[in-house]
Amino acid sequence: MKKNMGWKELWHGDSVPAGTAKEFQTGDWRSERPVFCAENCIHCYFCWIYCPDSAITLDENKKVSGIDYRYCKGCGICDVECPTKKDKRAITMEAERK
Amino acid sequence: MPKLKDLVTRRDPLCGGHRACTGCGAPIVVRQVLMSSSEPVVVTSATGCLEVVTTIFPYTAWNVNFLHNAFENSAATCSGIEAACKALKRKGKIKQNINFVAFGGDGGTYDIGFQSLSGAMERGHDMLYVCYNNEAYMNTGVQRSSATPKGAATTTAPAGKVIPGKVQFSKNLTEIMIAHDLPYVAQSAVGFWRDLTAKSEKAFSIHGPKFINVLQPCCLGWGYKPALTAEMGRLAADTCMWPLYEVENGVYKLNYTPKVKKPIGEFLKTQDRFRHLNKPGNGAVVESMQKEVDRRWEALLLRCKHEGGIQK
Repeated sequence: MKKNMGWKELWHGDSVPAGTAKEFQTGDWRSERPVFCAENCIHCYFCWIYCPDSAITLDENKKVSGIDYRYCKGCGICDVECPTKKDKRAITMEAERK
Repeated sequence: MPKLKDLVTRRDPLCGGHRACTGCGAPIVVRQVLMSSSEPVVVTSATGCLEVVTTIFPYTAWNVNFLHNAFENSAATCSGIEAACKALKRKGKIKQNINFVAFGGDGGTYDIGFQSLSGAMERGHDMLYVCYNNEAYMNTGVQRSSATPKGAATTTAPAGKVIPGKVQFSKNLTEIMIAHDLPYVAQSAVGFWRDLTAKSEKAFSIHGPKFINVLQPCCLGWGYKPALTAEMGRLAADTCMWPLYEVENGVYKLNYTPKVKKPIGEFLKTQDRFRHLNKPGNGAVVESMQKEVDRRWEALLLRCKHEGGIQK
């Protein structure tokens, strides 16, 4: 999206096209990142239904395929909700920069 | 009851890139409620966290039709759109069925938007009002609202030598909405996706005014780690501070009975807003809170004609 648009370029009536927030990437807020392990995932979708940032990605077969780091703010709700066992975690949290 | 397998095939109503706090519960509520609708939705929102974080100009995180008007008139705006849609349907310009949803925080529902909500519900518009209740005015920096529980420290009811946080008990808005004799009123919480999506789907299937009050933990205002948002909602239900129930045409139904009813101390100790209650001399406050929670819980059980209730 162009920055500093004038009134002639802006949309009429203060209406904005849908879903433009995609251009604003909130991933740089993160201090911890969730790491997805495809082997251990049981595709229960709990992480997907609880993600506040719609950052859990699904593939064409609607299976969990990973995490969209462009938007993930690293809250860790997916890690808490993931029902996989301790030694076979599908999502683990790691510090962003070591 | 919606299954996650079906929900994943639907379009996400909210896209990433909105500016909600890390671990915010409000987008979780919005996604779960709107995904439960199989028909197109029109959404209005009261001013508050949700509106501010999702629609920072020129960006919008909404993939559905969204209109914001003012703080106090989310329900009135929604009822107006619904009436306009009805007129267009009568003229044959709109054929399909559209669901109307109004969102409001507890400030925009319990306090400021209460008159417009009450009016819209009384006029019988075919709309669903969802209150995402985070128990204070979080957007402006945690001021007390009538939804704030007793004993919670906020910036306008700070805990100190004079008062131990908010002095009054919270207003029971769900019961007030039940008194409007609506076809469907429910109470749910973040942390129970099955409960919330089932209630939303049921609400969308009913014609007339509907109301759902959802407890939305707020990591900033409540003071807990962002990862525990869903956990907090479950803890509130387990301690019976926030019972999950629904009322369909005046008939109460309890949706969740905790296996063991935990003392409210379990809920209070997890949050910074109740931290001062651990100090000596504040034991009486916790006791009075427990007494009120028990009273409301027993009264609810009685209304639900639950076996565990007091039988007279």
